[in-house]
Amino acid sequence: MTATVLAAGQRPAQRRWLSLVAIWLALITAPLWLPLMGGYPALAGKVLVFGLAAMGFNLLLGFTGVLSFGHAAYFGLGAYGAGLMLKYVTPSTPLAMLAGILLGGLAGTLFSMLIVRRRGVYFAMCTVAFGQIFYYIAYSWNDFTGGFDGLRGFHRAPIGLGPLSLDITDSIAFYYFTLAVFAVAVALMALLIASPFGRTLRAIRENERRARFLGIPVERHIWLSFSISAFFTALAGTLYALLNNFADPLTLHYSLSGYFVIMTVMGGMRSFWGPLLGALVFVVLQDYISSLTVNWMSFVGLIFILVVLFFPRGILGILKRRGAT
Amino acid sequence: MSMLQVQNVTKNFGSLVAVQNVSMVVEPGELRAIIGPNGAGKTTFFNMISGFFSPTSGRIVFDGKDVTEVPASMRVGLGMARTFQITEIFPELTVRENVLSAAEVAAGQRLHMWSRKPDAARAEQVVAEMLEQVRLSSKADRLVGELAHGDQRATEIAMALALRPRLLLLDEPTAGMGDQETYEITGLIRRLHRDSKYTIVLIEHDMRVVFHLADRISVLDQGRLLAEGTPAEIAANEAVQAAYLGKAA
Repeated sequence: MTATVLAAGQRPAQRRWLSLVAIWLALITAPLWLPLMGGYPALAGKVLVFGLAAMGFNLLLGFTGVLSFGHAAYFGLGAYGAGLMLKYVTPSTPLAMLAGILLGGLAGTLFSMLIVRRRGVYFAMCTVAFGQIFYYIAYSWNDFTGGFDGLRGFHRAPIGLGPLSLDITDSIAFYYFTLAVFAVAVALMALLIASPFGRTLRAIRENERRARFLGIPVERHIWLSFSISAFFTALAGTLYALLNNFADPLTLHYSLSGYFVIMTVMGGMRSFWGPLLGALVFVVLQDYISSLTVNWMSFVGLIFILVVLFFPRGILGILKRRGAT
Repeated sequence: MSMLQVQNVTKNFGSLVAVQNVSMVVEPGELRAIIGPNGAGKTTFFNMISGFFSPTSGRIVFDGKDVTEVPASMRVGLGMARTFQITEIFPELTVRENVLSAAEVAAGQRLHMWSRKPDAARAEQVVAEMLEQVRLSSKADRLVGELAHGDQRATEIAMALALRPRLLLLDEPTAGMGDQETYEITGLIRRLHRDSKYTIVLIEHDMRVVFHLADRISVLDQGRLLAEGTPAEIAANEAVQAAYLGKAA
């Protein structure tokens, strides 16, 4: 991040630090102020989880310029991987997370290897199709995955740390556990984006042909970006299963892939934090409007369309421009 | 050893013969210009040299190595860099970031997933040097997409230079430029050639630029090599005058 901060000059650097402090303060204190606004800890956890998934997704969309319409697959595989591990193998939260991350991440790694030569619509259609395969497996395999009803019968277990035990069964404790994981993941993403590799990805986003003639093997880099993105999304998926003590086949469904796109684009795909803001708006709107009407998606969709039409850089883009002038 | 040997290359697109049996030898330190009327096959020829596509037949030898089937991204590693007729840059990155991405590729850092201070310092050093060379240091933190055409072109040349090429391929470096910008880019190319001793092959439409810069000129017409020689020889060549200069005058 330092390079961009330096490049942006002194005053924007200060503003950046201020907004970073504000973001983390808001996240850390969320369990305190959320109930005052009619929220609850699991809602905040959901924002973090979807924010993480969307930020991981945005490594691919916003920072590499490649659209996947199937990231729910990696999110859902993360959730099922964690749930199946807890239910059938061992009641260990860290092992469950590891299983989910590996399942989702490796699926993304293997699959993207096959399709990196496709572009645009063809690429996106392949990602949808691949995602749906796992949806139908989870949906039909009643005995193992719980089928349409989802995978139940597992609970997140306290994490043993030698003689100590970290009890994350309480919802507020789990929120802070999620926040800690989120913080580590976000720090890794920030490092990645500021690295030479991150710059190479942006170069591909900006101009694939130029990138190629700089000596960048474009396909290999898209593959790496897709894989890393799938690992982060799978991590979010494991947290989602732990949050709900439940893995839902809809976490594998392409509609969730679409929600990731909406969150990311609505929040601002060219910015690092945009997808988190998009997830916040999306999750809160969904929670609030769905208590009033089953047609909550029409309202979210309307807002999405307005944002895309009038603020192509997303909600964070509007806020940034306000800050700049 | 010659820097570049193109041996009898031909390129067909379906039944269209874009380039037919053209050969060319470029020596180290030479500045070679390729000229010819529209549709003469200059860009096709150039694309084969840079590896955008392979010739239908013939051979391309770069620095003693047969690169006929080597893809573009790997030719860069061998020491070949090019710019495009329509400027190809990263518009939403700054001038510095544009050149930096090239410098990092050249330094073998493109897979480094976190910044290392000494590496970053070295890459920044290269960038500063290249920006100095193309005289863009004062605009380093501007987004390239916001710059004037001439500055974008200079950025693209700086990116190519940051790859530390031994052969620089420039596809119509003054295309779409006014007199002042043409003058500046011409000056830049001359400095690169005379002071920094780059071997350069360029396509150019502007005859003032060509006769001012080139050591030797190759003239293509309808996919064939019509003539080759020093600027004075080309200016005196009757076939060239008939096919090309004559029409222009």
